[in-house]
Amino acid sequence: MSRVVALLSLSVLVLVGAAAPARAQGRSETLIVVVESGPNSMDIHGVGANRPAYQASWNLYDRLMTYGAKTLGDGTRMYDYNVLKPELAESWAIAPDGMSVTFKLRRDARFHDGTPVTARDVKWSFDRAVTVGGFPTFQMKAGSLEKPEQFEVVDDFTFRAKFLRKDKMTMPDLAVVVPAVFNAELAKKHATANDPWAMEWLKSNDAGSGAFRLESWKPGQETIYTRFDEWKPGPLPKLKRVIVREVPSAGNRRALLERGDADISFDLPPKDFSEMAKTGKVAVVSHPVENAFAYVGMNVKYPPFSTLKVRQAVAYAVPYEGVFSTAVFGRGVLLAGNPIASLTAGHDLFPAPYKTDIAKAKALMAESGYPNGFETTLSFDQGFATINEPMAVLVQESLAHIGIKTTIEKIPGSNWRNMLLKKEMPLFLNAFGGWLNYPEYFFFWNFHSQNAVFNTSSYQNPEMDRLIEAARFETDPKKYRELVRAFAKIEIVDVPRVPVFQPLLDVAMQKNVKGYQYWFHRQLDYRQLSKE
Amino acid sequence: MALLRLIGRRLALAVPGLLGVVVVTFLLNRALPGDPAAFFAGPAATRQAVEEVRARLGLNRSLPEQFLSYVRDLARGDLGASLTTGQPVVQDLVARLPASLELTLAGLLLAMAVALPLGVAAATRPDSWIDHASRVITTAGVSLPIFFTGLLLVYVFYFLLGWAPAPLGRLDAFSIAPSPVTGFLVLDALIARDVTVAWAAVKHLALPAITLGLFAMAPIARMTRASMLGVLSSDFIRTARASGLAPSTVLVTYAFRNAMLPVVTLLGMVLSFLLGANVLVEKVFAWPGIGSYALEALIASDYAPVQGFVLMMATLYVFLNLALDIIYGLADPRVRIEA
Repeated sequence: MSRVVALLSLSVLVLVGAAAPARAQGRSETLIVVVESGPNSMDIHGVGANRPAYQASWNLYDRLMTYGAKTLGDGTRMYDYNVLKPELAESWAIAPDGMSVTFKLRRDARFHDGTPVTARDVKWSFDRAVTVGGFPTFQMKAGSLEKPEQFEVVDDFTFRAKFLRKDKMTMPDLAVVVPAVFNAELAKKHATANDPWAMEWLKSNDAGSGAFRLESWKPGQETIYTRFDEWKPGPLPKLKRVIVREVPSAGNRRALLERGDADISFDLPPKDFSEMAKTGKVAVVSHPVENAFAYVGMNVKYPPFSTLKVRQAVAYAVPYEGVFSTAVFGRGVLLAGNPIASLTAGHDLFPAPYKTDIAKAKALMAESGYPNGFETTLSFDQGFATINEPMAVLVQESLAHIGIKTTIEKIPGSNWRNMLLKKEMPLFLNAFGGWLNYPEYFFFWNFHSQNAVFNTSSYQNPEMDRLIEAARFETDPKKYRELVRAFAKIEIVDVPRVPVFQPLLDVAMQKNVKGYQYWFHRQLDYRQLSKE
Repeated sequence: MALLRLIGRRLALAVPGLLGVVVVTFLLNRALPGDPAAFFAGPAATRQAVEEVRARLGLNRSLPEQFLSYVRDLARGDLGASLTTGQPVVQDLVARLPASLELTLAGLLLAMAVALPLGVAAATRPDSWIDHASRVITTAGVSLPIFFTGLLLVYVFYFLLGWAPAPLGRLDAFSIAPSPVTGFLVLDALIARDVTVAWAAVKHLALPAITLGLFAMAPIARMTRASMLGVLSSDFIRTARASGLAPSTVLVTYAFRNAMLPVVTLLGMVLSFLLGANVLVEKVFAWPGIGSYALEALIASDYAPVQGFVLMMATLYVFLNLALDIIYGLADPRVRIEA
């Protein structure tokens, strides 16, 4: 009897012993990511591809080039926008006249179906990006890549891009998410007369050559990636499998991380990150979001904010410190009026031009023609209420001291862009971030007379336009700095918007997750991550 | 035969209602403040890009034109495509409906299992401790907001005690879902004879079902109690008791069956109500059902899924009411005679 029991318990032990390491090993090569919402497309060129779709595309597809990386003062890593590295291209050369670039492709690169990556695939993909319209076409244009005629197949493994003009953004723009290389032959099989670019099929299928392939995608629930073992452009990733689960409740995402059931997440409110960083159960890594800030915007087209002194009064009334500590728990960089964010050229030119000074604000109001103040509305996007709501209340309270009575208007997230496009809100909270880390790029979208949707104040000033355009093509560093100083100065004096703080990109992860690096697209690159 | 006629008449009556739902959801959606074109044109869109997207979505056409093409597609069983998930709405709904139904039915069964005996016990001993306990439990269940109960349960049973699995939907990331037969994971796993997965599915189902069940308990228990009290004080029960029938026979055969009539009607209402209440529970437990799907779509002013969702719910209600009528007929022969 006792022998039977012993035998039984022994076999149970063996079973348990055998099962546990197998499971543990699977877990150590599998990354579980929890997100608030997942991708709506696997195709970065798709209509309305959302932000999580950047992550899908970035990992499923390769580009000709990618960015290098650098280590910051605090030991964290970020991509380096000054260094371009080979990915599908082995090498490249700019023509002596500076009007084209020729890429030599790797000969060993394969798509997920095993076919080689050729120059024809590159051309098809770039033609597609500049033709289909919407976001991809717009992003290519930012680098002066506008027409299919610019792209030329020299031979199977040589590809040339001709330039329309000398533009320092062209090369960096070829390493962002949009110029991904698609398997043209595979995609063409699924193209139809109505859909020559196979938009429908590529939306939910993978035609990439990236280090990860799509194992399964349940929209709104879960995306699973597995490693592509034939991937050659870099060292083989350590992770074998990545599971991205959509967990809509922020409280649960935090609980999952703290219990160890999830490995990594971006999507938590600043308060949670601040608490988690303090308790230290999981690692929290933070970077200031490049070329981005949150601001109080004013519409300069309509009274009362068409009056300069009113705008300046607001700039002196914004409670910078209060907003920074209460609304974002100090997780960011306080700008207090500086229109150039940290980590961007020219940030040091005007550190904190404004400080909260109610007496001065009152004096400006008295001179402005509105000595008794006025009533207006203060609008914000409810989709970001965790930060916007406390910020709005603080601004409202402070403006009341100088006679500006505001009614807070919360705009549902679905309608926010529509409201921005209309440009009728008098006073509002908003944020903007530019993908390419140049101050003139930021100013071009936000303060140029072309009046893009991001120029939320409808600010128009010919002198500002001239300086921004000059800076874009200026090659002399000293002159460039002067131009940056000049256009930043105009913004500070005219103050169509009051920059308040630069947000942080926080990510919380298990302590055994290594290799995280900040990317301009603010998504995860699974190739770099590993678990110890 | 009478039953078939009843079904036929019921279905015919439902048609104008469904047509009304089609028109109303179409118009309501267009009345929402959001602009889907601006939303889906992406953050960097110019006005021109927004107009391009608007044209591609067909939103630049007049309302009657849009309505006509919507109805035409509907007749072909095409509910349009969701822009949030990028998939055809029909496919999304079919994939997600079983999850919602499994959760709702589990919640309802749980509520019934607790509330019916509780209601009967409270009715047979009014003002006793069990009556008061039933009152307290049901009041608490209905007055706590459903997302709060959900988060509280997650906090206690997952975060603090670690008894419940992670609130990550229907199965954990390492379980392999059984091939779908009914769409109900627990049943499918049992059909596939995979007890481990069935058990995992039950564990994942437990907290969300309890959350829903707590909410549904109150009306069922209260109605059972009131109905039982009414029946127990009626003449035929007095006669039955006076004739010396066993108390259990009186209670179960005569009182309970008669008291169930209003409760069945109520159960139908509670079920439809739970399908709606699902939205919040699904959100808390990352449950991949239709409620959370419709909510996400609504936030993005993504018309097609919202229209599809409302239409499907309306159809569900029609069939639910039909089923109720039939059950009602089984419980009360008088209904059958009238039909």
